[in-house]
Amino acid sequence: MSRLINILGYIGRSANSFFSRLTRMTALGENAIYWVIVAPFKGKGIRWKSTIHQMVLIGFNSIPIVVVICFFVGLILAMQSAYQLERFGASIYVADLVGVAITREMGPLLTAIIVTGRSGSAIAAEIGTMKVYEEIDALQTMGLNPVRFLVVPRLIALLVMLPCLTLIADFVGIAGGLTLATLNLKISFVRYLTQTANALVLKDLITGLAKTIVFAIIIAQIGSYQGFSVEGGAEGVGKATTAAVVSSIFLIIVADLVCTIFFYSTL
Amino acid sequence: MTQPIIEIINLVTYYDSRKILDGINLQIYPGETVTILGRSGCGKSTLLRHIVGLSHPTDGQILIKGSDITRLNEEQRLPTLKKIGMLFQSSALFNSMTVGDNVALPLREHTHLEEPTIQIMTRMKLDQVGLSGFEDFMPAQLSGGMKKRAALARAIAMDPDILFCDEPSAGLDPIVAVGIDQLIMKLKKAFKMTIVVVTHELASVFQIADRVALMDKGKIIAIGTPDDFKNSDNETISQFFNRIPDPENIDKQEYLNSLIGNSK
Ligand SMILES: Nc1ncnc2c1ncn2[C@@H]1O[C@H](COP(=O)(O)OP(=O)(O)OP(=O)(O)O)[C@@H](O)[C@H]1O
Ligand SMILES: [Mg+2]
Repeated sequence: MSRLINILGYIGRSANSFFSRLTRMTALGENAIYWVIVAPFKGKGIRWKSTIHQMVLIGFNSIPIVVVICFFVGLILAMQSAYQLERFGASIYVADLVGVAITREMGPLLTAIIVTGRSGSAIAAEIGTMKVYEEIDALQTMGLNPVRFLVVPRLIALLVMLPCLTLIADFVGIAGGLTLATLNLKISFVRYLTQTANALVLKDLITGLAKTIVFAIIIAQIGSYQGFSVEGGAEGVGKATTAAVVSSIFLIIVADLVCTIFFYSTL
Repeated sequence: MTQPIIEIINLVTYYDSRKILDGINLQIYPGETVTILGRSGCGKSTLLRHIVGLSHPTDGQILIKGSDITRLNEEQRLPTLKKIGMLFQSSALFNSMTVGDNVALPLREHTHLEEPTIQIMTRMKLDQVGLSGFEDFMPAQLSGGMKKRAALARAIAMDPDILFCDEPSAGLDPIVAVGIDQLIMKLKKAFKMTIVVVTHELASVFQIADRVALMDKGKIIAIGTPDDFKNSDNETISQFFNRIPDPENIDKQEYLNSLIGNSK
C-alpha cells in the first residue's frame, strides 16, 4: 500500500515538475518574443551592440570548425556513395547524392550541432554564472529586463548566423564531394558541378535553410532556460551546460524529423 | 507626522517549508538611516530582496512611496526601481564589463545623456568611492573591498532616493570601512537619501544609524535609536551589543543526541 502511494507520489511529483518546467519555458519564450517583436515598437530598442558582439562570437568564430567538419563529411559521403555506385558504373551520381544529402540534411544538422556545442553551452554557462553571482538580480533591481538584456541578443544572433553558417556548410560539403570526385573518381571539375547543379532544386536549399530557423530558436531557448534555472554554485553551472547541450541536440533531431516529414509530405 | 517612504506590513515568507520571515513590520521615513542587525541567517538579505521586489512574499505588503511593490508588474515597478540603489552582499558586479561600464550601465539605459556626460558622471561616482582611475579594470582584477566600493558606485549612479546596502563593510580593512561609513553619511546629508544598511559592525551602527532594527529568527524583535539599544537590558539585545557568545551546550545528553541525529 505504502509502496503504491510512493509510486503515485513519484508520478505526481514528476508530472508537476514537468509542467512547471514547461510553464517556465513558455514564459521565457513569450518574454523573448515580446522583446524581439513588440517592444521595439514601444521605443525599447534591441541592444544592437551586444547583438553584433554575439554574432561574432556565435557566427563568425564558428566558421573554421564548420568548414573543416563539413568538408570532411562531404568527403566521407562521397566515398561511401562512390563505393556503392562504382559497381554500377554510375560514379557520376555521387554528385547528386552528396549535393542533396548535404543541402537538405547534413549541412543544417551538422551546423546546428556544432553551434549547440560551441554556443548553446556558452549561453547556458554565461547566464548560469551570472545567476550564481547575483548579476541577474542586479539587472532586475536596476529595472533592466534580463531577457531583453541577455536572451534577445543571442537569439537574434543565432537567427541570423545559423542560416549563414549553414550556407557555408552546404558549399564546403559539396566542395568535399568534388575533391574526392576529381582526385579519385576521375570526374572532371566542371562535370561534377554541372551534375550537382542539375540535381539540386531550389527547394532543397530552402527547406534546409528553413529548418535552421527552428534550430536557432531551440539553441537559444534551451541554452538560456538552462542558464536561468541554475541553482547553487559552479556545480549547478556545469550541470546546466551539459543539460543544455544534450536536450538541444535531442530537440534539434526531433525538430528535424518533424520538418522533414512536413516537407516530404507536403512540398 | 511624515508618511513613511517604505512601509512593510506583516511580511511572511517561506523557502520551501521553512519560514524565513515571520511577520515583519517596519516603517522607514524619508531621509533617515536605518541599520538592520541580526545574526547570520536570520533573514536580513532575504528582507532586502523582498523590498526591492526580487522575491515574492507569501503574505504581506511592501509599500514604497505608497505603492505596493509586490502587486506591481515589471513595467509599473520601473519608476520605483530607477530611484532605488542596491548594494548586494556579493557585490554582483557584471563580470563581463569593465568597472566603468558597470557604473555607466544604468545611466546609458535609463537616461538620454550624451556619452561624454555619462563618462564624466561615471568618473565622479568612482571618485566618490575612492576608485578613480579604475574605470578600465575588469571586476576580476579588483580586490573584494574594491568590488564592494565599485558596486556602491554603481548603486548610487542614478542618484537614488533610497539606498540599500547589504553588509557594505564586511571584509574591508577598518580604514576603508570607516571611509564607506563616511560616504554613506555624506550621501545622506548631500542628497537626503534614505538609507537601509545591513551590517554587523557595531562601530558603524553607532556612527551612521538614526534607528536600529534588530532581527532574530525572521522577526524584528526591537527597534529604536542606537542609544536605546546601548542602554537596553533585553537579553538578546545586550548579547548582541556586548558581544557575548551563545552559552556552551551544557546538556551532554542532548548534545550527544544531536550528533547522532536522534534529536526529537
Ligand atoms: N535560495 C534559497 N533557498 C532556500 N533557502 C534560502 C535561500 N536563500 C536563503 N535561504 C535561507 O534563508 C535564511 C535567511 O538567509 P539570509 O541570506 O536572508 O540571511 P542573512 O540574515 O542575510 O545572513 P548573513 O548575515 O549571513 O548574510 C537562511 O536560513 C537561508 O538558509
Ligand atoms: Mg545576508
